[in-house]
Amino acid sequence: MALLSIRDLMAHFETPRGTVYAVDGVNLDIGSGETVGLVGESGCGKSTLGKAILRLIEPNFGSIVLDSVDITHLKRRQLARHRHKVQMIFQDPYASLNPRATVGRIIEEPLMVNGWGSDRERKERVAWLLEKVGLPTDSLKRHPHEYSGGQRQRIGIARAIALNPKIVICDEAVSALDVSIRAQIINLLTDLRDELGLSYLFISHDLSVVEHIADRVCVMYLGKIVEIAERERLWAMPLHPYTQILMAAVPVLDPKIARERKKIIPRDELPSPLNPPGGCRFHTRCPYAQPKCRDEEPPLRPLQGRQSVACHLVTEQADGSIAYPTMAAEAAPKNDVRGAPA
Amino acid sequence: MANPVTEFWRRYRRNGAAVVGLAILCVVVAMALSAPVFFPTNPLRLVGPAELWPLTDARFPLGTDSLGRDIAAQLAHGAGTTLIIGLVASLVATTIGVGIGAAAGYYGGLVDDVLMRFTEIFQTIPNLIFLLALVAVLGPKIEHVVIGIGLISWTSVARLVRAEFMTLREREFVLASRAMGMSDLRIIVTQILPNAIPPVIVLASLIVAGAVLFESALAFLGLSDPNIASWGGLIGEGRLLIRTSWYVCALPGLAILLTVLALNLIGDGLNDVLNPMLKNR
Repeated sequence: MALLSIRDLMAHFETPRGTVYAVDGVNLDIGSGETVGLVGESGCGKSTLGKAILRLIEPNFGSIVLDSVDITHLKRRQLARHRHKVQMIFQDPYASLNPRATVGRIIEEPLMVNGWGSDRERKERVAWLLEKVGLPTDSLKRHPHEYSGGQRQRIGIARAIALNPKIVICDEAVSALDVSIRAQIINLLTDLRDELGLSYLFISHDLSVVEHIADRVCVMYLGKIVEIAERERLWAMPLHPYTQILMAAVPVLDPKIARERKKIIPRDELPSPLNPPGGCRFHTRCPYAQPKCRDEEPPLRPLQGRQSVACHLVTEQADGSIAYPTMAAEAAPKNDVRGAPA
Repeated sequence: MANPVTEFWRRYRRNGAAVVGLAILCVVVAMALSAPVFFPTNPLRLVGPAELWPLTDARFPLGTDSLGRDIAAQLAHGAGTTLIIGLVASLVATTIGVGIGAAAGYYGGLVDDVLMRFTEIFQTIPNLIFLLALVAVLGPKIEHVVIGIGLISWTSVARLVRAEFMTLREREFVLASRAMGMSDLRIIVTQILPNAIPPVIVLASLIVAGAVLFESALAFLGLSDPNIASWGGLIGEGRLLIRTSWYVCALPGLAILLTVLALNLIGDGLNDVLNPMLKNR
C-alpha cells in the first residue's frame, strides 16, 4: 500500500467564463521515502493538484488516501488530526512567511497548533529545526524581511518539517531562487529526505531540477498525467510526444550537442483549460497527431513495468519492444517546424 | 534595522504638517489633563457676571457665557470630553468594522453577500439623522452618543478590512497556516489581521476627527449630555448671542477646528508611515 494514493482526482473551478478543469482525473501513488517529480508547463494544474492533496482546494471528485486513511471527505476537526502527515513548501519565499511574525514564531506555529509538547520542548525543537536547515540560532527573534530568498526558503522548510511529516509537497520550491542558491536548497532537501525518511511530491516546471531529485517523474498536461516513469527511464526513452518536447526544450550547456540534438517545437500555445480539446488533449499541438487522436482519448496504460503513457501512437510490439513516434522515424510530419522561425 | 519606535518617528517626522498636527493634539491633551488642576470646580457652575468679554477680567481670561460660566474652564474640561468621545467612538466603529469586514473578506461567498448588504443598509441611512433618532430615543447620555457615533462610522472600516482580507487570504503564508491545521479564528486574528491593520489605524484616526464633529453637532442641537461640558454644547449655548457676544461661539469653534485639523494631519502622517508603497521614498 502506497503512503499516498490518489484516484481519479478532479478539481474544477467555476469561473464567470465557464468551468476550468484544472485537475481532471489524476491517479498517482507515492511510496514511503519516494520522491515523485511532477512536471508540466504553467497552467497545467500541477500546483492545483498539490493543493488539492492538502485539501487547501477541495477536490470535486476522486479520493485521496493518506497512510491508509481516506482524507477526501473528512470534516475539519478530523482532518486536522491527519494534517501533520502532509506539509507543503511554497514557491514564493516572500509571500509564504508572515511578515509580521518572528522566525521563531513561524517555525513554532505548527507545533503550537498541533499541541506539541510543552513550551520548553517546542523551543528545543525549533532550535533543532533551525540547525537542521542551516540557519543561525540567533534567527529566533528576527523577522523574515531580514533574510535573503534562499534563507527564507530554509525557514519555510523548517516550518514544513516541524511536525515530522511523512510527505512534503514542494510546490516549485526552488523556482524563485537564484541558480547558485537553488543547488544548495536541493541538497538540503535531499539530505533531509535521507535523514528523516521523507517522501516528496516535487512540483516543478524545470526538468533539470526534477532530474536531480526525483525517483519517479509524472508529466502533466492540461489537468491529466500523460506519462509516468522512473527517472532514468524517462530521460533515456521519453515516449509521449509531449515529454519529448519538454526534454528537447531543456537548455544544454555544450553548444555542439545543442546544435546536433533534435529540435521539436510544439505548434500553438497551451489550449485554455476552460475548453480543453476533445480526444487526446495534446492533439492540437502534437507533431504526430493522427485522426484517431482527435476522436478518442488515450488512457494512461502501463508498458513494461513502471512506465505508463497515454498516447495512441505508443504501442508494445510482439517481441516486447516499444514503438513510439520520434523525429528519426520516416520524414518529419509537415506541421513540424525545424528550427524555422514561426 | 533600528528600533521600530525610532524608525517610526524618523519616517513620521518627514511629514512636517503631521508633526504640527501632533503638536496641536498634544496641546489639547495637555489642556484636558491639566483641567482639574487649573479649574478644580465644576465648569458648568455660575461663577461671574454674564457675557464678560475675553481679556477684560483676569479671573476669566476667555470671558464668560450668557449664564456667567467660565469659558476657559469649559474649554479645558470640554477638551477631555471631546477626546474621549472621539477615541471611544472610533474604537467602537473600528471593532464593529473589523469584525464584519474580516468575516466577510475571509469567508467570502454567502457570508460576504449577507454582511455586505447589511453594511450597505447602514451606508444608505443618512448619518446625522440616524444619530439624532438614536440619541432622541435612547436619551441624551454620553454612552449613547458614543455608541451612536460608532454605529454610523463603522461601514468604511468594514469595507477596507474586507478588501485587505480578500487579498491576504490567498497569500501563501495563510495557505501554510491552513495546511498546518490552524483554525479560522486563529488565522484571522494572528495571521491576517496584523497585516491588515496599518491602513485601519489611519482610517481610525480620521474617524476620531469625524466623531468630534458629530458630537459637536449633537451638542449644538442640544442632544448631547447636558451635564458634561463640551465644545459643541458651548457653541449651541452661544448661538443665541452670535451678534453681540460672538466669542462664545468662536472660541470653542476654533478649538474644534484645530483639533479636527490636527487629527486629519496625523492621519495623513500615519498613512505615509504605514503605507508600504511609500516606505522607501
